[in-house]
Amino acid sequence: MNTSNHFSRLTPEQFASIGAELDAIRNEVLADLGERDAQYIRKLVKRQRQLEVGGRVMMMLPPTWPLGVAALSTSKILDNMEIGHNVMHGQYDWMGDPALNSKNFDWDSADTAKNWKHTHNYEHHTFTNVLNKDHDIGYGLLRMSEDQKWEPRFLANLPLTVLLHAFFQHFVAVQNLKLEEVMIYKTKSRKQLAKEFKPVWKKMRKQLGKDYLMYPLLAGPFAPLVFVGNVAANAARNVWACAVIFNGHFPEDVEQFPESVVENETRGQWYVRQMLGSANFSGGRLMHIMSGNLSFQIEHHLFPDLPAHRYAELSPKVQAVCEKYGLPYNTGPFWKQTLSTWKRIAKLSLPGRGKRNATPAASAIAAADAPLPLAA
Amino acid sequence: MSMTTRLIPRRNAFENTLESGLRRLLDTRVAALLTYPHGVDNYMQQFDRRWSLNEVRASVVNTHAQTADTVTVTLRPNANWKGFAAGQYVRLSVDIDGVRRTRCFSPANSAHERGLIELTCKIGPDSIVSRYLRDRAQPGEVMIVAQAEGQFALPELRPERILLISGGSGITPVLSMLRTLTDEGHSGPITFLHYCRSAVDELYAADVDAIADRHANVQVLRCYAEGLGGQLHGVFDADQLRQAVPDYAQAETFLCGPPGMMQAVQAAYDSQGLSDQLHLEHFSAAPVAIDAEGAEGDVRFARSERLAANSGATLLDQAESAGLRPESGCRMGICHACTCRKTAGRVRDTRTGQISDAGEADIQICVSVPVGTVTLDL
Repeated sequence: MNTSNHFSRLTPEQFASIGAELDAIRNEVLADLGERDAQYIRKLVKRQRQLEVGGRVMMMLPPTWPLGVAALSTSKILDNMEIGHNVMHGQYDWMGDPALNSKNFDWDSADTAKNWKHTHNYEHHTFTNVLNKDHDIGYGLLRMSEDQKWEPRFLANLPLTVLLHAFFQHFVAVQNLKLEEVMIYKTKSRKQLAKEFKPVWKKMRKQLGKDYLMYPLLAGPFAPLVFVGNVAANAARNVWACAVIFNGHFPEDVEQFPESVVENETRGQWYVRQMLGSANFSGGRLMHIMSGNLSFQIEHHLFPDLPAHRYAELSPKVQAVCEKYGLPYNTGPFWKQTLSTWKRIAKLSLPGRGKRNATPAASAIAAADAPLPLAA
Repeated sequence: MSMTTRLIPRRNAFENTLESGLRRLLDTRVAALLTYPHGVDNYMQQFDRRWSLNEVRASVVNTHAQTADTVTVTLRPNANWKGFAAGQYVRLSVDIDGVRRTRCFSPANSAHERGLIELTCKIGPDSIVSRYLRDRAQPGEVMIVAQAEGQFALPELRPERILLISGGSGITPVLSMLRTLTDEGHSGPITFLHYCRSAVDELYAADVDAIADRHANVQVLRCYAEGLGGQLHGVFDADQLRQAVPDYAQAETFLCGPPGMMQAVQAAYDSQGLSDQLHLEHFSAAPVAIDAEGAEGDVRFARSERLAANSGATLLDQAESAGLRPESGCRMGICHACTCRKTAGRVRDTRTGQISDAGEADIQICVSVPVGTVTLDL
């Protein structure tokens, strides 16, 4: 599959009806929002807080230390994924509860809510998988697209990917600063960087102080235990979150797009780009909750502000639309998507376009989008 | 309607000391850092929904219906409640079908009853909150209450001669005044003049009678529009007032009732040059005349990237029709919950008819109607 196929094959009328059909799915949910969604998210917040408090206490005593680490890891994952990520998307703004409102919410992560909403909600969700616009393609650190120009630093693609997983929250925290523009491309001044780093450091400092100073101190003689436990819990959350996110956009068949694609893009075309640029993975209910329902990355990218626990119900409807218009619906087991992602990252550490040379997506779409008549 | 009551056990001194100690411990920077970024409240509320460091949260003690279209709710606020001045109102927020709804109600109980808030709410055809309170609210349920607000209140220095005039469910703030005054042993003469449709629709009739029985300085006058009973009949008019309360010009008058009645009382006072002695609460907003014919231009909701043709309704109504859910409260220009930045365009204030400047300003969208194209940061 490549972009050109779908973008040149579908007619403006088809794009329009794809847009209308997906809008209808969305409106149906909007009209049905209510008690069920409120109860779901409140219950989840409650479980997360209980796990966090329980985990932090258990971590202070040697016999319960492993349980404590497991509970705190789980709580941090829930806080960031199914609660934080989704609340900050505005999925629960309709409830009018300040504690669950995207304007107010902050998460247990080094990244500030404000920066996250810019790089993620705006840049990543509007320009999903558009090269040079969606900073999630490589985070300025990795080469993750065939159309990204190769540089010698990308020889370290694989070890850097490991590093990104391990320290994911801090990489995400500085993502908005675009460090590569200062360190590699010299298009941004250090002064500007220092200014932008200030609010980030303020948040990082509090997070580090909490996990690595305050809670260890509270444990008295068991301070080292708590310190190590927090390192483990943060690392577990980092690796898991990063893996889930990579699986959502970087398995081999997921497409990336040149900047020209967003010019005069219609709602239908935007929807199609979201579907082609995302991948799901399969799993049970626990897997979906722990991944913040990003196991339904396709549904999430179509409807980023619908409560995520609804994606499972929407999935058959979205698949039906895909089938009707001959669009791929990329899904598979977690391990398979992960393997595919790592294979792509490995290939891209070397110069050249890898296998994808055979189907030059970018040039094809550049040619294809010119004659494409755009629906109003 | 049956009376549902659940007794809330009194706490002993030990429990109180324990709680105040815990509160002091949790109201520290250390506690704030340990619970960063969610905050202490967010953790404590998972164990007790009434708990908060600053917010007033109240649990429902009981609900009962005095008349067919009203509900009376008694709430027990947490320790953050600072009480109210008789006549003031509170903003009550209730989660109904997942959505938080906020409305303003005036407590009807005495301001000296520190630990309770008693609200009586009229249930109109569109009353979501009042209907919920009557039909679905359960004893023990926790609701959010804002600290009391409002200029309509008994002055700190109590006037000697007091006239309280109320209509329908507008009785609540003036009943609070009556109860407060009698609780503190006010010695001056008080006339309580209440208008309502008929004896069946009268709220707090027995309570008012009991007060009059116990306090010789309290005179109660009732005026029913229909049916038997009461000292007066019909609707408010100036002559009737002059006959029923001959010395009304010597009294400070506190008034709350439906818009038509309030206007009539205001006109009577204005014509006698007594407007300084009349204090009033607009309990319900005068209905906004929607001028759909004269509505021109568009309403632009900049942040949500929505555009709607101006329907002539209030900006809050138009925003909601456009599928937005802006924060809102009283919907009558009192509570400022809906205040929102207007970045361009002119609006008419539905209360005064005044037309705003075209520049940037914070406006209350529940009482603002666009005059031509308006852009909101919403």
